Amino acid sequence: MLAILAAAHLLLPWSLLALEPGLRNLLLVELRLPRTLLVLGYGATLGLTGAALQALFANPLASPDVTGSSSGAALGAVAGGYLLGINEPLALAACGAAGALIALAMLFVFAGRRADTATLLLAGIGISLASGAATSLVLALAPSPFAFYDAFDWLMGSFTDRSLGQAAAALTPAAIAGAFLLGRSRALDLLALGEDVAASLGIRPRRLGIEVVALSAVAIGGCVSVCGAIGFVGLIAPFLGRRLTAGHPGRAMAPAAVIGAILLLTADLMTRSLERSVPIGVITALVGTPLFLWLVVHQRRGLTP
Amino acid sequence: MTSLVEADGLSIEGRLSATAFSSGGGELIAVVGPNGGGKTSLLRALARVEGAGGTVLVDGKALDDLGEAHRRRLVAFLPASREVAWPIAVRDLIALGLPATDVARVEELVDAFALGPFGDRAIGSLSTGERARTLLARALAARPHLLLLDEPLSNLDPYWVLRTMDLLRTAAAGGSTVIVALHDIGQIDKFDRLLLLDNGQVVADGTPTALKDRVGALFGVEAIAGGGWRIC
Repeated sequence: MLAILAAAHLLLPWSLLALEPGLRNLLLVELRLPRTLLVLGYGATLGLTGAALQALFANPLASPDVTGSSSGAALGAVAGGYLLGINEPLALAACGAAGALIALAMLFVFAGRRADTATLLLAGIGISLASGAATSLVLALAPSPFAFYDAFDWLMGSFTDRSLGQAAAALTPAAIAGAFLLGRSRALDLLALGEDVAASLGIRPRRLGIEVVALSAVAIGGCVSVCGAIGFVGLIAPFLGRRLTAGHPGRAMAPAAVIGAILLLTADLMTRSLERSVPIGVITALVGTPLFLWLVVHQRRGLTP
Repeated sequence: MTSLVEADGLSIEGRLSATAFSSGGGELIAVVGPNGGGKTSLLRALARVEGAGGTVLVDGKALDDLGEAHRRRLVAFLPASREVAWPIAVRDLIALGLPATDVARVEELVDAFALGPFGDRAIGSLSTGERARTLLARALAARPHLLLLDEPLSNLDPYWVLRTMDLLRTAAAGGSTVIVALHDIGQIDKFDRLLLLDNGQVVADGTPTALKDRVGALFGVEAIAGGGWRIC
């Protein structure tokens, strides 16, 4: 299914295939391929890091957007780009990772590792609001008068006109961090039994926490710095992933990555089929908000879906 | 085979001062003491939670140096909390206690704890007592040589209190060292050995019969001839 969607994403609309071969291949490789790779990779990253953060915080609402790490990454990338004048994609990805890391570190300080839902959400909202305001401030102070206009499109998520170089800058760190995260799936499953039981089995919860947070920040930071902050995929994909792993939070990372990629490919195909350009984050938010609210109600009733 | 447990310098800051403990194995040991006396901390330190000081050797091997697969054959810890954050099914949860898939062992435990009727239901949907049995089954799964159980009898109905004591007795008879944090001093006669904890220190160590008066003094109660306790 993932392969079919990715192929459709790469090749649609078909009109491209009717072009003269030299031009067709150029367009495919230079325009279509980076977009397909970014959508695929970003979707997988959101699913994977969402599942990892949820397993770590023992909370099905702890996604990259809800924890404030996406907005932290956006702030990092905006500050790097507009205040420090960084253009190099890999350096911007590092700025994004630094922003996400600071946001997640703040979440740890404010909410703790195994916070109840209310504390986690409130701390996440606080961090998101602060990062959002700081992002606006940076844009307002930016030397370029078009900063706000440029950034609006990007902040809500955009995959248009990205180069292969940008795709590599976003996805190489994400792939490496993702592989390391997958290596922690057994440990994250055992963490479901509580930190003390996990520790009795030789897992060091504090170190595992730092590793998951750092790896997630690296993965999210790169993607956000190139494609902006896209919400709700990191919430829905792990939720669906756990349905395939009988509730095990750690081993849900791999299916969550596949589902995240499928969701984002579908969302991007939808945005491209619309007459006017709509930021992809709008589509994911429209689809994702009802599920988010449903999860909140379940949490209130003390049921972990 | 009986297994040797040797612990030295066990500590958790603010809760448990440096404590030594050893057992030749095959013992059913109760840890008794007032709230905040350090019962849970002693078990956590033996389980090697983060921040615990000292060393624990089981069968001559330091737990801190071992990986997951090896460690779970030597030690298991059942915390007092009966909460599991995720909707994992009863059978899957018991399987988390094993280093590798072992359907026969899981079914054996499902039968032993009469969990069959809800074996495929998420643990969160069970009653507290049913969750307690599931989590205890998880702890027993790998037949560990050192079993650390924090209040395993609480939340259980009288039948399951007796059944659980039988299962723990069987584990001890198989050579394991079974250490149970206990708040119900009515049960202490069923144990081979008693550790009395107060203010984060072991204040007495001996058989339940020998320590009866110490237990009474610690809680401000006295044993009634013929069984039971009353307030002094």
